[in-house]
Amino acid sequence: MATKVVMAQLSPTMEEGKLVEWKVKEGDEVSQGDILAEVETDKANMDIEAMGGGTVRALLISEGDVVEVGALIGVLGDPDEDISDLVDGAKPSAGAQAGGDERDEAASAEGPEDEADDDAEQAEAATKPAGADESRAEAEPAAEAEPAPDAADAGATIEEKRSNGRVKVSPLARRMAEDAGLDIARIEGSGPGGRIVKSDVQAAIESGGPEAEEEAPERGAPERAAVPSAAVRSAALRPARLEDERIEASQMRKTIAKRLVQSIGPVPHFFLTTEIDMGRALDLRKALNERLSASGVKVGVNDLLLKVAAEALARHPEINASWAEDAIQRHGSADIGIAVAVPDGLITPVVREADRKGLAQIAGEASDLIERARNRKLKPEEYTGATFSISNLGMFGIDEFTAIINPPEAAILAVGQTVEKPVVEGGEVVVRRRMRVTMSCDHRVIDGATGAVFLQTYRAMLENPLELVS
Amino acid sequence: MAVITYREALNRALREEMNRDENVFLLGEEVGEYDGAYKVSKGLLDEFGEWRIRDTPIAENGFAGLGIGAAMAGLRPIVEFMTWNFALLAYDAIVNSAAKMLYMSGGQYNVPIVFRGPGGAALQLSAQHSQVPDPWYANIPGLKVCTPGTPADALGLLKSAIRDDDPVVFIEGELLYNVKGEVPDEEHIVPIGVADIKREGSDVTLVCHSKMVKVVTDAAGILADEHEVEAEIVDLRTIRPLDIDTVIESVKKTSRAVVVQEGSPHSGIGAQVVDDIQREAFDHLDAPVARVSSLDVPMHYARPVEKHILPSADAVVSAALHVCYLD
Repeated sequence: MATKVVMAQLSPTMEEGKLVEWKVKEGDEVSQGDILAEVETDKANMDIEAMGGGTVRALLISEGDVVEVGALIGVLGDPDEDISDLVDGAKPSAGAQAGGDERDEAASAEGPEDEADDDAEQAEAATKPAGADESRAEAEPAAEAEPAPDAADAGATIEEKRSNGRVKVSPLARRMAEDAGLDIARIEGSGPGGRIVKSDVQAAIESGGPEAEEEAPERGAPERAAVPSAAVRSAALRPARLEDERIEASQMRKTIAKRLVQSIGPVPHFFLTTEIDMGRALDLRKALNERLSASGVKVGVNDLLLKVAAEALARHPEINASWAEDAIQRHGSADIGIAVAVPDGLITPVVREADRKGLAQIAGEASDLIERARNRKLKPEEYTGATFSISNLGMFGIDEFTAIINPPEAAILAVGQTVEKPVVEGGEVVVRRRMRVTMSCDHRVIDGATGAVFLQTYRAMLENPLELVS
Repeated sequence: MAVITYREALNRALREEMNRDENVFLLGEEVGEYDGAYKVSKGLLDEFGEWRIRDTPIAENGFAGLGIGAAMAGLRPIVEFMTWNFALLAYDAIVNSAAKMLYMSGGQYNVPIVFRGPGGAALQLSAQHSQVPDPWYANIPGLKVCTPGTPADALGLLKSAIRDDDPVVFIEGELLYNVKGEVPDEEHIVPIGVADIKREGSDVTLVCHSKMVKVVTDAAGILADEHEVEAEIVDLRTIRPLDIDTVIESVKKTSRAVVVQEGSPHSGIGAQVVDDIQREAFDHLDAPVARVSSLDVPMHYARPVEKHILPSADAVVSAALHVCYLD
């Protein structure tokens, strides 16, 4: 019996997925668990694996295609089985029609609504992210680990997304663009307020449609070099005038945009800044690394900042909390997100229960998470569900900045560079290594004094690391 | 195909139906000796006698009620109001008696009656005598409302109205009575509830009825001659029941619509049409549907102001260009 392969929801906020590569071709024999395809979601590249065995009968989308979650993308079956019913009814653009697995005549005879329900139930069974083990997939559907807004987003239709993005388009123009397979967001609108109207779509169709979607950024391209080299790029090497360029938003960039608007809009932010003397903390790190040198583990400044934050959170549970509309949810462990820059965005892998882990363990876990984040190999559960986040731009020479809270966390700590500067101590000017941090707080959860007391603890621990064990 | 006036077409319909069915009779102010205030019943008294052509006192509620009673008793009365403004005095009879009788008698009594007369603005009749009664009656379940805009439709619809077994409100136009048009020589019936494409076009649908058929036809000419816009004109002809299917078909073809009515904008027939369009043809629209109507004021006596208040061909042209994104 034929098995549908559908675009699985591989992350809680995923609404559509882009096929990076088919790992099989039509005619291949596959068995349960084989990797069928690699898919770019809004967060990471993930694999879709076969949930049953058989012959790959049809691959319905091409590499580079973007389809909505639930869309039919392939069919597995017996070599001589008639699958025309399945394939003919499949239009990747048809929206969130989820695919079912085993279909017989009786099932096909059901009304369209019944089918949709059945299919939705079957969708999870038909495909699942590779690497997610069975018990986890069942016990903890990813959507439940996320706050309510995300769950709602996951069900949002393309139409809703567009209206949130404020693409104005007449209903006719929208329909014409869909029929022609054009991305409405790429068409210039000539109507009132930039509304895309019939004549605009006609012009786009006649000119052969907007340019083909650009290739996704190259994986493995130099990740860090771009920023500093751009900063110091010689004027002589620069062309007379750079070309205007439109960079299409990746799935990740779209998600970042949506999530941050969700934050700075509804979340009432306020900001607290303090300057911390890092001398002793840096000495401590040096001493630790000398002790750990044999083990191969190296503790970074960020690991220290994370450990201290976790400890401070344990002592101030009112910061390690979330606004739950009619309550404040305090979290039992300090799960700390680390903002990691990746080529086309950022992602925040989470060090779990950092308040109960030692520095060496934190350093090891963080280094592994960051490396996999840069290769986009994180699993959803590794970058969701933080209770507090740290963002460090010190390596770019930033003195201080404000970060935007990643809901439902109630605070994020923005860390600037550590610089030697003159400080007055006991009436004398001395040189000290100083670092400025700014905490963004969700005022619904944290009041000014609450946040200030937390920062006081944080600073005290860094300035006198003995506090860590006191 | 003879060319006759709207007035003559109505007169022909009355004559043909009175000849066809002896239960049909006409009553109203000055319909007999004076041949009707607008001469619609010209010659009928001589032809059918005062038993079937009855002059009445100036008592609209009274003779409307008399007609309703006669209809319940099995006759087919035609009640002429000198204008629909005067019929406000008979509103209770029309709305509470004629429109409700079939329902409230549990189907025992149907009321095969036609109420007819001119509605809308004529020339300098001021606030009380220039009103457009269309939505007052189109809002009432139990009534049918005909609003012909051409002589042929006046003939065909009045004959259908007289033959209908339920109360029909038949709204003519004082300024339409002298309008000429081709009318078939043979028997001509226009069914109630069927709209008519008065002009085919590809770019914008202009929906209208009654006197606005002329205004919209003029506008379509300007659009074609000066703007290369081919308008399709849908004449509703009957506003209750409303033939929305014809409107939707046209809008699906043109993707744009302007709905024109003579009456004031609030709760007008145009609002109903726009509501149907946005629900039934949403995915086909390339622009919000536009409306053209009178200004939302009582009609003014002064001629230039009256002209300013009423919908004009120029206003229809502007609205059409707007929905075509050509303004």
